[in-house]
Amino acid sequence: MPDVAIIGVGLHPFGRFPGKPALSMAADAARAALADAGLTWADMQFAVGGSAEVDQPDAVVAQLGLTGIQFTNVYNGCATAGSALALASQTIRSGQHEIGLVLGMDKHGRGAFTADPEEYACPPWYGEMGLFLTTKFFGMKINRYMHDYGITHETLARVAAKNYANGSLNPNAYRRAALSPEQILGSRMVNYPLTQYMFCSPDEGAAAAVVCRAPIARQYTERPVYLRSVAVRTRRYGAYEVHTPATAPSSAQVPAPTVDATAAAYEAAGVAPDEIEIAQLQDTDAGAEIIHMAECGLCKDGEQNELLASGATSLRGPLPVNTDGGLIANGEPIGASGLRQLHELVMQLRGRAGDRQAGNEPKIGVAHLYGAPGVSAVSIVST
Amino acid sequence: MVSQPISPGLFTWPADQPALIGGRCPACAAVTFPLRPGCPRCGAADLERRLLSRTGTLWSWTSQGFLPRAPFTGQFGSAEPFQPWFVGVIELPGQLRLESILVGCTQDTLRIGMPVRLVTMPFRTDEAGNDVVTFAFTPDPDQR
Repeated sequence: MPDVAIIGVGLHPFGRFPGKPALSMAADAARAALADAGLTWADMQFAVGGSAEVDQPDAVVAQLGLTGIQFTNVYNGCATAGSALALASQTIRSGQHEIGLVLGMDKHGRGAFTADPEEYACPPWYGEMGLFLTTKFFGMKINRYMHDYGITHETLARVAAKNYANGSLNPNAYRRAALSPEQILGSRMVNYPLTQYMFCSPDEGAAAAVVCRAPIARQYTERPVYLRSVAVRTRRYGAYEVHTPATAPSSAQVPAPTVDATAAAYEAAGVAPDEIEIAQLQDTDAGAEIIHMAECGLCKDGEQNELLASGATSLRGPLPVNTDGGLIANGEPIGASGLRQLHELVMQLRGRAGDRQAGNEPKIGVAHLYGAPGVSAVSIVST
Repeated sequence: MVSQPISPGLFTWPADQPALIGGRCPACAAVTFPLRPGCPRCGAADLERRLLSRTGTLWSWTSQGFLPRAPFTGQFGSAEPFQPWFVGVIELPGQLRLESILVGCTQDTLRIGMPVRLVTMPFRTDEAGNDVVTFAFTPDPDQR
C-alpha cells in the first residue's frame, strides 16, 4: 500500500474576485476540503500553505481557528503547490504526523508576472532590455521545438481549443467560453508563435487537500486516492530555462527539470509512463502543454500533431490532458495551481467530475508543474 | 558626447568592434556570460575574463508583441503605434547560448540556424542626456 492518501479536496473558483482577499478564498477552499473528508480544522495535526503573493499563508487560521498546530509556509515559484504537497507527504511518511491540510492561494494583478531580476540571479540590464519576461521564453522554447519536431501552428491552436472546451464544462474555471482553433490562431500575436488566446493569465483562487497516512484513510472515505509519489527538481547546467541570460552550447544541452522530476516520480511510484490514464500538465501556454506531454514521457517528440488531431488528449480520448481546462482556462494563481490539478485528478479518479468526466474511467494520473526560474514538481496519484 | 553602455563591463566600449565580456572557469573550462563570481557549471568561485565570439547562429527566436513593463527601460522602436521587435537565443559555437535583442530582421527573414553577428544599438537617453547603447545581434549573411 502507498504511504499517503488524499481523503478530501476543496476548491475556491479561479478568476477575478474584487474585494475578496486571498486568505478568505483559502479559508473557503480549506472548509470545502475538510467537509469533503468529513473532518474539521480541529482534526488537523499539521498544515502546509503555499502562496506567491501572501507572505504568511498560515494567517488563514484567523478564519479557521488558532489551534496551535505546525503550519509551514512554502513558496517555490510555479512549483509551489507541488512543493507544499511534497512537504506534507514527507511529514506523514516520517511518522511525525498522520493527518494534515495542504492549502494554496493567490491573488495576482493583471498582466505578465514581473519581479526584480536580481532576485532571480539575473543582472539588472537583463530586465532593462526586456529579456526578463517568461512569455518570450515560452515563445522561443516552442519555436525551437516546432523547428526540431515539425509541430504545427494548428496543433498549438488545437491544444488551446481543447482546454477552453474543457473549461466551458467546469463551473470553477475562469475562461468558460469555447474558442475555435481559427479564433485562437487569429488573436493578437504576443510572442511568436504564441497568440493571446494560447496563453494563460495570472488570476486569483485557492485550493486545498486533506492528506493522511494511507492505512487510516478508509476511516474517512470509501474512495481514497493515493499519492504514489511527488518529486521536485530544479534545472541543471545546460538546460534552456526561464530567466537565464546564458546557458551551455546546444552540444551540451541536458534535459529540462520536468524530465528529471518525472523520472524521479515514476521511479518512486513504481509506475511506467505508459500506465498513465489522465494528466494535468503545466499549460502556461499551448506550446508548454505540447512540450510537457513529451517531457513527462506521455508521448515521443513530434507525435503531438497526430495526438491532437485525433483527439487523443480530449475528454473522450485514451489519454485526457487538462480535463478541467488547465491553466489556459483556469488561469494561474501560483500557490493554488498545483492543488487545482490535484483536485481535478481526485474528482476524475472518483468518477465524480460531472460533465467533464473522462470517458476512459482513469485510475492513475499525473500532475505536473513547471515555472521560473526552472523548477518542476510532478505528482502521481492512483485509486 | 560619448555614449554609455547599458552596464559597465558588459561589452568592450568604446570600440569599433565591441565584444561581449564573458567568463571562463579555470576549473572546468565552462564559458559563461555575463562575467560574475561563481561558475554555474561546477561552482568554482572565481572566473577569468574572456571575450566572447562576435559571430554565431540563431538557435531560436520570438517576437516581442507587447511593451514590457518595468524593469524595461528601452526607448527604441515605435510606441504609437506599437511595433513588435524580436529577441533570440544566439549560439556561439563551443562557448555558450545567450539571449539577445535581434535587429535588422523581420518575422519573415528570421530562420533558426541563420548566421548572426554582434552589433550595438541605441537603447535610450539617460537622465543626464547621455546616449545609452546596448548589444544586439543581427543577421550576417556574409558569414562563412
